[in-house]
Amino acid sequence: MTTMHSPALEVAVRPRRRMPKATLLIGLVLLLVLIVAAIFPQYLARYSPTDFDYEAILQGPNAKHIFGTDNFGRDILSRIIYGTRVDMQIAIFTTLFPFIFGTLLGALTGYLGKWSDAVVGRIADLVVVFPFLVLVIAIVAVLGPGLNNMYIAVSAVGWVSYWRLTRGEVLTQKKAEYAQAGRVLGYSPSRILLRHLLPNAVSPAIVYLMTDMSLGILLGASLGYLGLGAQPPTPEWGVMVADGKNFMATAWWISTFPGLALTLAGVTFSLIGDGLADALRPRA
Amino acid sequence: MHSSYVIRRLLQIIPLFLAVMVVVFVLIHFIPGDPVSAILGDRATTENVARANRELGLDKPLIVQFGFFVNQVLHGNLGESINLKVPVLRLMLDRLPVTLFLDVYASVLGVVMAVPLAILAAVRRNTWVDSLIRAVFQVGLSLPGFYVALQLLTLLGARLGWFPIGGYGVTFGDHIYHMFLPALTLGLNLAAILVRTLRNSVIEVLTAEYVDFARAKGLRSRVIMTRHVLRNALIATVTLLGLNVGGLIGGAVITETVFAIPGVGKLMIDAIFGRDYPVIQGLTLVFAVLVSLVFLATDLIHARLDPRAELS
Amino acid sequence: MTAPHLSVRDLNVRIPTPGGVLHAVRGVNFDLMPGEVLGLVGESGSGKSVTLRSLIRLHRPPIQMTGTVEYGGQNLLAASDAKLRSVRGGQISMIFQEPMSALNPVLTVGEQIGENLREHKGLRGRAAQERAAELLDLTGIPSPRARLSDYPHQFSGGMRQRAMIAIALASEPQLLLADEPTTALDVTIQDQILRLLLRLREELHMSVILVTHDLGVVAQTCDRVAVMYGGRLVETAGVNDLFHAPKHAYTLGLLQSLPGAGEHRRPLQPIPGGPPDLRSLPPGCPFAPRCAYVTEACRTGEPPLLEVAPGRFSACIHYDELPALKSTLEEVGV
Ligand SMILES: Nc1ncnc2c1ncn2[C@@H]1O[C@H](COP(=O)(O)OP(=O)(O)OP(=O)(O)O)[C@@H](O)[C@H]1O
Ligand code: SF4
Ligand SMILES: [Mg+2]
Repeated sequence: MTTMHSPALEVAVRPRRRMPKATLLIGLVLLLVLIVAAIFPQYLARYSPTDFDYEAILQGPNAKHIFGTDNFGRDILSRIIYGTRVDMQIAIFTTLFPFIFGTLLGALTGYLGKWSDAVVGRIADLVVVFPFLVLVIAIVAVLGPGLNNMYIAVSAVGWVSYWRLTRGEVLTQKKAEYAQAGRVLGYSPSRILLRHLLPNAVSPAIVYLMTDMSLGILLGASLGYLGLGAQPPTPEWGVMVADGKNFMATAWWISTFPGLALTLAGVTFSLIGDGLADALRPRA
Repeated sequence: MHSSYVIRRLLQIIPLFLAVMVVVFVLIHFIPGDPVSAILGDRATTENVARANRELGLDKPLIVQFGFFVNQVLHGNLGESINLKVPVLRLMLDRLPVTLFLDVYASVLGVVMAVPLAILAAVRRNTWVDSLIRAVFQVGLSLPGFYVALQLLTLLGARLGWFPIGGYGVTFGDHIYHMFLPALTLGLNLAAILVRTLRNSVIEVLTAEYVDFARAKGLRSRVIMTRHVLRNALIATVTLLGLNVGGLIGGAVITETVFAIPGVGKLMIDAIFGRDYPVIQGLTLVFAVLVSLVFLATDLIHARLDPRAELS
Repeated sequence: MTAPHLSVRDLNVRIPTPGGVLHAVRGVNFDLMPGEVLGLVGESGSGKSVTLRSLIRLHRPPIQMTGTVEYGGQNLLAASDAKLRSVRGGQISMIFQEPMSALNPVLTVGEQIGENLREHKGLRGRAAQERAAELLDLTGIPSPRARLSDYPHQFSGGMRQRAMIAIALASEPQLLLADEPTTALDVTIQDQILRLLLRLREELHMSVILVTHDLGVVAQTCDRVAVMYGGRLVETAGVNDLFHAPKHAYTLGLLQSLPGAGEHRRPLQPIPGGPPDLRSLPPGCPFAPRCAYVTEACRTGEPPLLEVAPGRFSACIHYDELPALKSTLEEVGV
């Protein structure tokens, strides 16, 4: 390993460059693109995402169909654009409930401490020994395939990270001076909690929310691929990858482009997450 | 490591296992409608349903049913697969080694990729080398496992013919060869997770005062890197690997499905599509137990490696 | 007159920070004679630790060190890495200010002493163990053999400090850089350690630079004193001269803030006002805002360190207007 020989330790502790802002900016621009595609797919896509066109089956990328067509003659690019709405919806609904529930619970048990904290802690310990994907697909298997059941399953499991982050932050903040000061001033506990502790304690959870959204998209797409999430003919990216898996040898574009869309969406959220983490960190 | 610590950790796992059984037990009771009809599927004649209800004790109060369930589990009886007509435990024991092989293989590949690159990124932090490594793994983290699997399978398997496009093989050499692409799929994802965290923890060590003290002692860089930095990186790696075992099992479900590998992950998916509830229930239980055991082992190894661990 | 053991010229250390470049050490010059114990005193943030670290080029980029540190006919600031490594630890040892963070938490104390013995004395295995136990014993750690396999967190603060001293002394250095080696210790142990250092000075003919807040320690241990303020040396003198007749208003302030005779050593009492901001220094004497003797002349240009009497250097314009002190070394608590 080359790193061992160099006088590695004499090497620069270079000051951070202004990169964080750039990552955040690129992430936000990409996010804007995704949002526009999700809201106005009809203005961006040239074709219907679901109508069959037997004249145009399995065409490779060409001038009329930039990303080609699938075995039903549907335009891949148009389906990807319409798919944005589905996958953004997945990103939001797989994270929103865990975020709200986990953050509030974290603030509450972090503030109250004692038995409430211990009880939720034990429950969290229990939840995390179930492999996330396994538990989600087990729940989906019981409730039946589909996006709504997936959201229920994810909500039952996903709150733990938010609870941990917020609870830890509240515990630290509780010791900070203004909470003490608030108590001295005679503010009610709920006021201290909601007005002072929560707003300060929520920032790690917000940073994690971004990472979690990219994980949520991956999860939704994985279930879609396995046939347990969005159901065909919904233009969901994971479903689209699965649609093309039997054509990989002859029509690679069917799976490849939706997969790239997924990756791009994942990168978007993690860039924003990293950018936010840097921006919210007190010192570089 | 004090034996009292080990004993304490071992004792903690008993209530955890009990709680796991509660969850798995409750899970099946969420099946909409009549669970027995669902379990019996096509064979759900009125007569069959009534008999099964009696046999499974489903006409008894819930708490009695749970006692029955726990008793069965403790005797190694996880029920029988509806579709395959084989005891779930047998089914699982046959296939678990395949999945364990895949996950261990993937961990090895992941560590081999991640540790040197994380150290390199940390040593050259905030340079283009660091940015490149981080960017590549940032993208790696966003790549869906099924997609990577599919592309590797098509490209290196089908098109170039370098690797077989499925199966598990017979000999150990076979396994290594057959499982390379699946393990690489999982390993890449694991490496992405490891690089992110390891880089930061190595930077923390590199800038620690004790590294300056080691330099002030006149130790060579190589000695400082291996004794002071790698040792700490190792501790962080072990912990991360342990925490990620759930991810590896979930990953195995997807990868085994794409590569048609006869492991427990594939079994789970087959069971779900076959509505084979006893298998789903048994697998969920075993996975959770497996993860708790790995968490326990991680804690104990961590306590061995890091003398401060027992304090917290 | 013999040649100096260590000779520092125009040493500057600049630390880039988010709020601008922090000029932590600004043109420091001094010589250290063989066998001499030089005390480096000054309030917190005056640049003592930064100076000490730069003597063996310990700062890493982006921290910038310029000037020369002559040792054994070489400028350490420009020496090759290999050369520097043999000097570091082998000939010049350093005791860090914070033993808790300077000791690696995941290596045993024995291993951390052993590293030094292996690198500089070629000792390993049993021989290294024996020697390590001897060293711990030397610094007054009870049942040293058993403690070798302990981790730093199993030691008390004072014992960690002593373990660090044992590590630094393992290679029998010719020059010891000691950054507040006795601060965490109680008075009895502090005495033991200082006595140990003085004895080793005799036995090994070792020179010592001793950073401290404690003027009592200076009086007890040092031959000469350098007073640091705002990244500069503002006065250097023999220890007797300095205590009787300080030639810098800051030194005078330090001495006047000492408790009277009878009471035992106390850390320096603060002089009203705070240390200067090393990121943006005003022109003139950096002590001017807090100085009782300040005049217009003090604010126009920064007074250079000049020889104001044989062997005495001061950077105070009004050095000859300062009162002599009646204080003696005894009163300071020897
Ligand atoms: N790594 C660093 N980064 C930024 N500033 C630093 C760093 N090291 C030292 N400084 C700053 O340099 C100045 C001198 O610090 P130094 O540690 O030398 O003080 P000191 O005289 O040793 O004080 P003390 O008695 O508290 O140890 C201080 O203002 C300090 O904040
Ligand atoms: S030069 Fe002037 S301001 Fe500075 S210490 Fe001397 S008298 Fe005070
Ligand atoms: Mg200091």
